[in-house]
Amino acid sequence: MEFVGKILFMAVMAIFVQNFVLMRFLGLCPYIGVSKKLDSALGMGMAVIFVMTMASTFTWLIHTYLLVPLHIEFLQTIAFILTIASLVQLVEMVIQKTAPALYKSLGVFLPLITTNCAVLGVAILNIQSEYNFILAILNGLFAGIGFTLVLILMAGIRERLERAELPVSMKGMPISMIVAGSMALAFLGFSGLKF
Amino acid sequence: MSILLYSVLTLGALGLIYGLGLAFASKKFHVEIDPKIEDINEILPSANCGACGYPGCAAYAEAVVEKGAEINLCAPGGDDVIKNIAEIMGMEATTADRKVAIIHCQSGGKDNTNFKYNYQGIETCKAAILVSGGPNACNYGCVYQYDCVRACKFDAMHIDDNGMIIVNNDNCTGCGACAIACPRDLIEMVSIKKRVHILCASHDKGAVSRKACGNNTACIACTLCVKKCPVDAITMDNNLAIIDYDKCIVCGMCADVCPTAAIFDPLKEVRAQKKAAAKAKAEAIKKRLEEQKANENKEEK
Repeated sequence: MEFVGKILFMAVMAIFVQNFVLMRFLGLCPYIGVSKKLDSALGMGMAVIFVMTMASTFTWLIHTYLLVPLHIEFLQTIAFILTIASLVQLVEMVIQKTAPALYKSLGVFLPLITTNCAVLGVAILNIQSEYNFILAILNGLFAGIGFTLVLILMAGIRERLERAELPVSMKGMPISMIVAGSMALAFLGFSGLKF
Repeated sequence: MSILLYSVLTLGALGLIYGLGLAFASKKFHVEIDPKIEDINEILPSANCGACGYPGCAAYAEAVVEKGAEINLCAPGGDDVIKNIAEIMGMEATTADRKVAIIHCQSGGKDNTNFKYNYQGIETCKAAILVSGGPNACNYGCVYQYDCVRACKFDAMHIDDNGMIIVNNDNCTGCGACAIACPRDLIEMVSIKKRVHILCASHDKGAVSRKACGNNTACIACTLCVKKCPVDAITMDNNLAIIDYDKCIVCGMCADVCPTAAIFDPLKEVRAQKKAAAKAKAEAIKKRLEEQKANENKEEK
């Protein structure tokens, strides 16, 4: 029971309180770049969830069973980036084969998950927080869900803003920046949550 | 020393495993791409201007091969590209009608234009027209901040000594980037064969636009051209004459009757010369006939 409670607590922490985009400000590039359409935002979110979960799994294994026994923890960043890049490449191939439409709408942002600091962020945070294997995977999953949630919220808002009557100088990016700021403020409210 | 060795070995092994894994995956998830797409993509000018209506050259190449898009849509490429695409696709080349930019305002450069005030803000047209309707007396005219010239990727637009924008038809590829850049929609892409243009975009009433225009090129909505046009190609749209280029036969009759210089006909002189030549020829023939007649009369006598 205590374990389930811990997982629930972690989920709320990763999705809302310590949301990667709006509280830690990691992975802002796809947050602005792929949030124009709901469909592609959903696809991107799914890709990020997959990559984050897989990255958490592999990086934890590599860190625990390769880097620590050999005392070469300083290679953390480079080994993790190598792993993430390969994973993203794999995801790209799979998506291109199975869902060409999604592949096209994601465009350049799919390979850019490689450099998405949220993915590297969750991998490093897993190690720093000294999570065990299961918790590390779950943390990656929850962080990805948090990212997707925010991306979808943003895409929904921006789709409506498309049709809204705005001053010309506010159209497009400027209003998106304001929306992003307001959303970050709203998520700041979650930091008052107590268990 | 052992740390150095372990580091190299670990990263090397990781790289090798990932590389092999990806190589295997790329075989397994291989997507067939028609080699024609790559061939056409190489031929296209890579300007990614979007004149064909597709987002970039690669998308157009794909559309040609997979969706059977027209092969003559690439304006910057010209006839050579069309021919090459036709060869790849095994189709007959159909030449495209080349389009070039026409600026529907010729208020005569900075010296001739009537300004309401001296604009000294940010040097873009978009900013200039925001300040109480723009610095020009005419609310529809060119404000001379040259967004279009900056938008041109092909060096086809130049600024002359007086600030006027000159389109170089040889360099113009018809991509339409300038037309998109112009916040007043003064630029239109028109077939190079259609040479007669109305160089005014003012929807003001005749007296207002005549007064505002510094170069006497305002359309004053007198409708003389509408009445004169033999093919009904000109219509009035809210105090402005507009040529339907699909109907226009480039006869130049509208330019002849226009009381201002709003209708531009570069062939006017050529036409006048031809007319004069034809007249001279007709007179010469008439003279010769008369002489012949006179001679015949003489012989009869």
